[in-house]
Amino acid sequence: MKNPFRTEAEAFSFVIVTGVLFAAVAVAGWLGNGWTALAVFLALGLGAWAGIYMKSEPKVREPAVWERRPHGGRKRILVVANETVAGRALRDEIRHRARGHQADVLVVAPALNSQLRYWASDEDGARAQAQRRLDASLAALTEDAVEARGEIGDSDPLQAVEDALRTFGADEIIISTHPPGRSNWLEKDVIALARERFDVPIAHVVVDLEQEASAARRG
Amino acid sequence: MSTVAHAEEHPRGPPPAHQSSRVDARLLGIYFFIGSEIMLFGSFFSAYFFARVVVAPDKWPPEPFKLPVYVALLNTIILLTSSFTMHWALQSIKRNNRPGLIGGLALTFLLGLTFLLVQAREYTRIGFGPRDLAFGTTFFGLTGLHGAHVFVGLNLLLYALIRSIRGHYGPNAHDHLGVEIPGIYWHFVDVMWIVVYTTVYVL
Repeated sequence: MKNPFRTEAEAFSFVIVTGVLFAAVAVAGWLGNGWTALAVFLALGLGAWAGIYMKSEPKVREPAVWERRPHGGRKRILVVANETVAGRALRDEIRHRARGHQADVLVVAPALNSQLRYWASDEDGARAQAQRRLDASLAALTEDAVEARGEIGDSDPLQAVEDALRTFGADEIIISTHPPGRSNWLEKDVIALARERFDVPIAHVVVDLEQEASAARRG
Repeated sequence: MSTVAHAEEHPRGPPPAHQSSRVDARLLGIYFFIGSEIMLFGSFFSAYFFARVVVAPDKWPPEPFKLPVYVALLNTIILLTSSFTMHWALQSIKRNNRPGLIGGLALTFLLGLTFLLVQAREYTRIGFGPRDLAFGTTFFGLTGLHGAHVFVGLNLLLYALIRSIRGHYGPNAHDHLGVEIPGIYWHFVDVMWIVVYTTVYVL
């Protein structure tokens, strides 16, 4: 529901709407009785709410625009991953895609946060956790002889991709998630939304951290 | 041997905080505050309706009490007018019109002060007190709570007015938050009065 006190102008409009609504309620109560006033209050209140709801236009996202320029023959790969950022499957995929090219790899780890902490801008903890995972991932990629750098991104993965694309004109994007059923991003249909929004080939890598951990224990 | 002192540049204060929310922290603060205020007024309204519907369902206000409906209506008009002057003040600073800002804030302050004085006058002549039945308690509780909010709003307005006279605030959004936030609060106080007036005095 839209906050009627978002700005002073909206709060002022809300005062006017409330004044008109309650004037009508008062007149109804004066002409009839308490039940008439209640009926008028409900009818006008619901009407006003429906009017505001019908009037509000769906949110239109701005198309992502970024600078595409020749990178001296170097391939640019944007990797978006958080909890799976140090997963074996993701590292293999990056290495595979970078093979045979001179590649620049940018790994973006969105700082995942709870909704309450997000609204309160309390995201230092989330960023610190994302930074730890990112450091581990970059160290592993360096071991694999892949030249990569990393950034912490917005907690919304699509926003993180868009932010990264503004400074890093990627030729392809790799988005890494947990397996279906365990992935919050898959539940929110992030891959399909990203393919809809960004005009770049997007690969989806599933990283099963539990399976990798048990394989590591066995091996 | 001489020594040369040189000052090193040290960053002052904490590093800039990471901010995920698209809402300015100060605006977010007033949203949370208004949310808590709605709950506070809600609890007072609950007590009022309980007293009115459960305790004394036959006759409200109970005999022999009468409420000064027309004086309160005058106060309602005063407070509603103050919302217009508040809005004018903010629109003025958005257009870099400082006299408009100062005039709007001064008028809003005066109208709010008039409201409070009329309410105080009403209290002294109303003929009953907070100890007179649940009716008196809930009446003074609700209108007094609202009056306290008007008093807080007046302090915020006075602060903004003094700052505007001293040349603070500007047309950019971040430069007039100090007017915008008291404005949001003032409109909230107005909305609450409309609800209080209709339920307590009219219905």
